[in-house]
Amino acid sequence: MNLPAYLRSLAARLFHGSEAADDLNEELRSHIEHRADDLERFGLSRPEAERRARIEFGGYQRYREESHEAMGGIFFETLVQDVRFALRVLRKSPAFTIAAIATLALAIGANAVVFGVMNGLILRPLNLPQAQNLYGTEYGQDSGWQAYPNYVDLRDRNHSFDGLAAFNFVFVGLDTGKDPAAATGFATSGNYFDVLRVQPYLGRFFHAQDERGPGSAPYIVLTYAYWHSRFQDDRGVVGRVIRLNQHPFTILGVAPPGFQGSLLFVSPDFFMPIVNQAQAYAGFDLNERGNDHGIFEVMGHLKPGVTPAQATADVNAVGAYLQKTYPKEFAHKTATLSRQGLTSFGGPVRAFVAGLMLLAGLILLAACANLGSLFAAHSADRSREVALRLALGSSRRRILRQLMTEAVLLALVGGAAGLAASIVLLRKLSTWQPFTGAPVHVPVTPDARVYVVALALALVSGFLFGIVPVRQVLRANPYEIVKAGSVGMTGRRMTVRDVLLLIQIAICAVLVTSSMVAARGLMRSLHGNFGFEPRTAMLASTNLAMAGYPVDKVPAMQRRMIDAMETIPGVERAGLVNSYPPLVYGAGSRANVFKDETTDLRLSNVAAMPFRYEVSPGYFEAAGTSLLAGRAFNWDDDKNAPRVAVVNREFARKMFGSVTNAVGRYYKLHDGTHVQVVGVVEDGKYLSLSEDQQPAMFLSAQQSPVSQAYLVMRSHRDAQELATAVRNKVRELDESLPVQTGTWESFLEVVLFPSRIATIALGVLGLMGAILSITGIFGMAAYSVSKRMRELGIRMALGAQRKEVLQAALGRALRLLAYGSAAGLLLGILASRVLAFIVYQATPRDPLVLAGVVVAMAILGLVATWIPAQRALSVDPMVLLREE
Amino acid sequence: MAEQAQLLPGTLDLLILKAVSLGPLHGYGVLLRIGQITDSALLIEQGALYPALFRLVRQGLLKATWGVSDNNRRAKFYELTTTGRKRFREETEGWNRLATAMSAALAARSEEV
Repeated sequence: MNLPAYLRSLAARLFHGSEAADDLNEELRSHIEHRADDLERFGLSRPEAERRARIEFGGYQRYREESHEAMGGIFFETLVQDVRFALRVLRKSPAFTIAAIATLALAIGANAVVFGVMNGLILRPLNLPQAQNLYGTEYGQDSGWQAYPNYVDLRDRNHSFDGLAAFNFVFVGLDTGKDPAAATGFATSGNYFDVLRVQPYLGRFFHAQDERGPGSAPYIVLTYAYWHSRFQDDRGVVGRVIRLNQHPFTILGVAPPGFQGSLLFVSPDFFMPIVNQAQAYAGFDLNERGNDHGIFEVMGHLKPGVTPAQATADVNAVGAYLQKTYPKEFAHKTATLSRQGLTSFGGPVRAFVAGLMLLAGLILLAACANLGSLFAAHSADRSREVALRLALGSSRRRILRQLMTEAVLLALVGGAAGLAASIVLLRKLSTWQPFTGAPVHVPVTPDARVYVVALALALVSGFLFGIVPVRQVLRANPYEIVKAGSVGMTGRRMTVRDVLLLIQIAICAVLVTSSMVAARGLMRSLHGNFGFEPRTAMLASTNLAMAGYPVDKVPAMQRRMIDAMETIPGVERAGLVNSYPPLVYGAGSRANVFKDETTDLRLSNVAAMPFRYEVSPGYFEAAGTSLLAGRAFNWDDDKNAPRVAVVNREFARKMFGSVTNAVGRYYKLHDGTHVQVVGVVEDGKYLSLSEDQQPAMFLSAQQSPVSQAYLVMRSHRDAQELATAVRNKVRELDESLPVQTGTWESFLEVVLFPSRIATIALGVLGLMGAILSITGIFGMAAYSVSKRMRELGIRMALGAQRKEVLQAALGRALRLLAYGSAAGLLLGILASRVLAFIVYQATPRDPLVLAGVVVAMAILGLVATWIPAQRALSVDPMVLLREE
Repeated sequence: MAEQAQLLPGTLDLLILKAVSLGPLHGYGVLLRIGQITDSALLIEQGALYPALFRLVRQGLLKATWGVSDNNRRAKFYELTTTGRKRFREETEGWNRLATAMSAALAARSEEV
């Protein structure tokens, strides 16, 4: 073909579309007139000659369309025509148009939001140079917690990484000279910025050569955001000395905007060298190989040509070497390489988001099914118009194309509305801080990928629901329809529309079931037994290191604080727990313990790995943990007394067989210290609500002092008043000591977060499913009533009862509802097994849930069929029969 | 009217090229010329001519210009382009070869086999 000529004609059609159409019309008319001239010459009258000429010409419309197509460029021109026509048609039936657009906006909006979350958390690489070959090491099921010396060995002995960096969290008091305030930072290895390949925005970063042993590098680097909020973009901060927990540190520089380390959820305020971590945590011994909380994560870029599998083998080889060399301190767990950003949450987050995506996809499918049947009904009502166009010589392809244009147009408008709403929602979500006081956020700002996916989904759903009426049009027989008027649907067999509605109801029932299962699980976890009573307990977090207390002054000061708390009116009992109380921030540490008779303290002989808490006298009463046997701690259990412990029931059972057996017995800590069990308390939850029962041991806080502790106060006073009183009391004791207060219940937010998010997400999707089912059932019932008005009128005239009329009008819709709900309920029960991983105690074998689903679906049916039923009952046979 | 034969697929294009090769024609004129040179032996619905004409224009074989006909009416005249002339020659040769082969084949008698 002559390409330039084609392009020229295409361009001509495109830009002078109507001109071309006029041209064609004129040419065809000219043909008919020439023919008429000839016929006139044979003696026909002019009108007769023109009539004959037109008949001889054949199907004018058809040839016009074919010619048009043969000219090329037809696609765009027809498109414009179709769009114009579609707009006219849609404007004529506003109810249908609005319903369709709203449905699509909801469904596509939901999908865009879920995809935005998936994009932000899973698909989008970290905002770091060459993030695609940045890997972290993960050991066993845990996140990367490990000891600093092990990291140093791994860094120096591996052959796979282009440098390995490590970091840990630090929570400090940061004093610029006028306003001490708590701040969150990352304590990092010296090579951190070089390994991540980041350049400073201002000043300089610290490097590996700055590390010369513990305490040798008192430097900090600020994040851009913290520099902006705390230092008001002051470029003079570089070189200034500030105080971290009363120790002087020099500000070296500011990190570039957008750089927040290698975690997606957490944005720190500053970075400091890990060799100075002891200044942030008094008594923290970085170089102890047994301290597996020295490092949170280790990461690095793979060397060119090294595959992740090779690197994994390499890391495991180093692990095996360390285990052989340090059998007492290091038990190697199989390491894997992981993508950076989500830490050990990666697996669950991925599974959850994938599950949500699936559900959102189902919603969209349900919406398409719904719209498909609406659209089919809509185009069935237009069967006369279609028949006329067919009779006038228009091709079926052309009519289908027109219908498709309408569907895609609706889909695009709905998709745009949904996308706009989802952008607003995602932006809100990105600035949301779920936990006050913790620098946690959800980075899900939408980007081009989200827009493209939403657009694609809109197009696909347009085609999906657009093809539903295709068969109908292809089978349409113009003569029959023009003769008989639109034919009522009286068929008994299942139509495509019925099947679609059935699927949709089933999907909705699945969603309703799973959201109810999740809600029930959440409710149960809120009222479950935690082994302490969170509702009337106030927590106050203090870190004596922030006020500069050395470790040996800590026990005395902590005792003064507890005594002071008990003088506050309304406080029944006060106590203290080191580091974090159970279920707070999902933080908890485990310790290895041995049976008393064990002499070879290698890790393979460990008898149990209980959670380890250090608590003061009064803690158990303040926390509401009941003592089952023996005694709790008293102030005599101090440094000079023999080491004692209180253990939970699970610990007693595991180590000594029973609760009564345990009291008075001995066991060994990981360093061989003898500890006597003096009491047993009830079991509880420690790290997460969904954990299996774990052993726990409570040691005396006076025997192993730590500067960071939570005071626990039991009181029935108003929480806000009490919190103020607590803060004032702490200030009385020491003005320079920052304190953070909150009820224990409010601190549970973090552990409840996953189940809460799951419940909300499922609830929203379930609600959408319900709305879609209502509109679906309503659409079908209303349509079938309107089509069968005449039949219903005759039935009533012949004396049918109300019940029979209703049965005739709505029986089919209600039967579909029943079958769909049953199928959905079964599927929902199966799906709930998956839910149990996220939501504590999510079980579908719960009569309340089953009854709830049945009631919910019944209410849906009632709501959806109410108006059509009223309409069917109000049929006046006389009026109807006269009308037709 | 004499008995008319159904048009073989693809032959209309060649007929149009032939008709136009004898001199520029408008659409109706093409139809008349085809009737004249085939002795009205072929059945062509009048409207069917136009899609074929436009296809040939798009392929660059014909070019069209508006003008005035003998009847003093505005009409669009078609003539061959250089490519059109070349294509017409090729197709004619192709057709002749096919026709010779076909008639030889159909004339074959049993004793010749």
